[in-house]
Amino acid sequence: MTQKNGTLLEVNELRTYFNTDDGLVKAVDGISFQLHRGETLGIVGESGSGKSVTNLSILRLIPDPPGKIVSGEVLFNGEDILLLPSDAVRKIRGRRIAMIFQDPMTSLNPFMRISRQLMEMTELHLGHKRAQAYEHAIRMLETVGIPDARMRVDDYPHEFSGGMRQRVMIAMALSCHPELLIADEPTTALDVTIQAQILELIKKLKQDTGTSVILITHDLGVVAGMTDHVIVMYAGKIFEQARTRELFATPGNPYTKGLLRSVPDPTAEQGKLYQIPGLPPDVAHLKPGCPFAPRCERVEEICRQEFPPFVQLNADHFSLCHFAGDVFAESGGSSQAS
Amino acid sequence: MDLESEKRELTEAEDHIESRLNPVDPDMLHVGQEMAVAEGDVDPGPQHEFVRGTSLWQDAWRRLLRNKLAVFGLVVVVLVTIISVAGPTVIKRTLGFTPDYIPSNDPRLVKSFPPFTGPNGEFSWTHPMGTDNAGRDQLARVMQGGQISLFVGIIATLVSLLIGVTYGAVAGYAGGRVDDVMMRFVDVLYSLPYVIVVIVLLSMFRSQTARGQLILLFISLGSVSWLTMARIVRGQVLSLKNQEFVLAARATGVSNTKIVFRHLVPNTLGPVIVYATLTIPQIMLTEAFLSYLGFGVQAPLASWGSLAADGVQNIAIFPWQLIFPGVTMALTLFSLNFLGDGLRDALDPQMRTV
Repeated sequence: MTQKNGTLLEVNELRTYFNTDDGLVKAVDGISFQLHRGETLGIVGESGSGKSVTNLSILRLIPDPPGKIVSGEVLFNGEDILLLPSDAVRKIRGRRIAMIFQDPMTSLNPFMRISRQLMEMTELHLGHKRAQAYEHAIRMLETVGIPDARMRVDDYPHEFSGGMRQRVMIAMALSCHPELLIADEPTTALDVTIQAQILELIKKLKQDTGTSVILITHDLGVVAGMTDHVIVMYAGKIFEQARTRELFATPGNPYTKGLLRSVPDPTAEQGKLYQIPGLPPDVAHLKPGCPFAPRCERVEEICRQEFPPFVQLNADHFSLCHFAGDVFAESGGSSQAS
Repeated sequence: MDLESEKRELTEAEDHIESRLNPVDPDMLHVGQEMAVAEGDVDPGPQHEFVRGTSLWQDAWRRLLRNKLAVFGLVVVVLVTIISVAGPTVIKRTLGFTPDYIPSNDPRLVKSFPPFTGPNGEFSWTHPMGTDNAGRDQLARVMQGGQISLFVGIIATLVSLLIGVTYGAVAGYAGGRVDDVMMRFVDVLYSLPYVIVVIVLLSMFRSQTARGQLILLFISLGSVSWLTMARIVRGQVLSLKNQEFVLAARATGVSNTKIVFRHLVPNTLGPVIVYATLTIPQIMLTEAFLSYLGFGVQAPLASWGSLAADGVQNIAIFPWQLIFPGVTMALTLFSLNFLGDGLRDALDPQMRTV
């Protein structure tokens, strides 16, 4: 199953726009990336940068209207999901690409027993009979570390705590052994100790099953510990894309630098925590230049006039900036290839 | 361990202590929980012994039982139902006549006896509610009328549930233009005076048999009473469909039909039940009204409405002909409304005025 280095998912020039009263919102505007089998991709960015919309677009879960996938392709095992009939997409959802959502408190149906919700998946996709699906549900709950799984399986969601519910969500997502797991801020709604447990669980299950993972988060610490590649998104665009280690060591984009600087350093003496000035832009009314220009430290006239180029800094390292090379060099990076 | 599970453990330990001491109202347990645990060094024992919480329905049931009017309503409704269903058979077995038994065809005889009166004016248990113009036992008639009235109310409500819930859920989930068209259609129907619609329906398709007329009554009452139900369900679905569990269900490949009927409709159940219990008396009243006008239930079948209509004609001389069906109907409708209100408070605690 784990066939390393094959491309599992390839997203090309994906554009998802929302038609709102305020005008056309380009929530995702020309995103491209690749995900190899067995790898983990992190997507970071502030709220409203298009992280979630990107992933909802992959599964065609964008509410239409008002949303619309305007162009692009999503190749999953070489097959363009965006061109498939909706029946075929439904067979991929849950079976081959599974999703975990941000808020475990609301992502389980409050009126259905946990067992029913877990069984629904396998009955649907694996053709399990009732008894078989029930046993499978218990096994999955045990896998994600729910004590007394046999006792708890018939409980209702409100009888579980937040962390437990997120475990149930993970059990549900993994119950059909998907090839790709999309975790949309899986730990945002949980407290720190539970966060660590959940991330550890995802990491372990990923190793055991060889599932590829897309991890959406705004927590850079999570990205550093979990992912192989990182994409930094801002205003619906990819601002920087690199191997995780390289991105943290030698960022090639002022925005990434700002993000990294704003992570609190527990060893540092007391001082003011760095903060990127200003607010994320209103994506409905973007000016022609670089969307980050009003907040950028090293902004120059050209940034306000022209949209920046997507510069290749290294084999796997890209940055959307007029001065990508300079920033990269400043942070100590040097291109090894070509 | 996070806060929530810690709190649950506390509650469990607390329940354990309390249930040993005195089984009191569980709502009162919430006061001073932490303190009690801190004092008592009680081993909560194996987890699973206490994990069973109260379900939503148990909780609602308990709240309902605390509401005196609702309990009164429930008791009356259950009694009226049992008596109406079983009564005519019991009378047939013990006294030997059916609700439509007419003792004599002689038109010169006065056949309407007052309550507890025999044929010769003496005291008698045979007709506790007296008899009607044709000499039929009023009690048996009222009980049969109750059967029909309750039956009409329940069946027509079920019809309206079936149509209303499906229609509303589909409209709400589909959203957009489909929703617009479907709900404008409902608005159009709303603007028609429904009593007139029912009367037109009933007189257009007038059936020869009493049974046929009854079925027609179900259909016509049910087909106009689903409008509000559709609106309620649509509103609920609209607010539910943007919740994450629906997105999660979609992300796991569940089909739209299953999402609507397995995930969304059960979540609207609370308001639906409440509205349904309030629809039953409303429909019964409409039925009585129609029967009173002569469009509803036809003789020899009786409903409370048709009995009242018969009684009104003789109100000056034979007042019991109106009083008994009238009072029974009023009592039942009151009770159903109390029960409905109680259910609303029990199932929707947010609306409760504390």
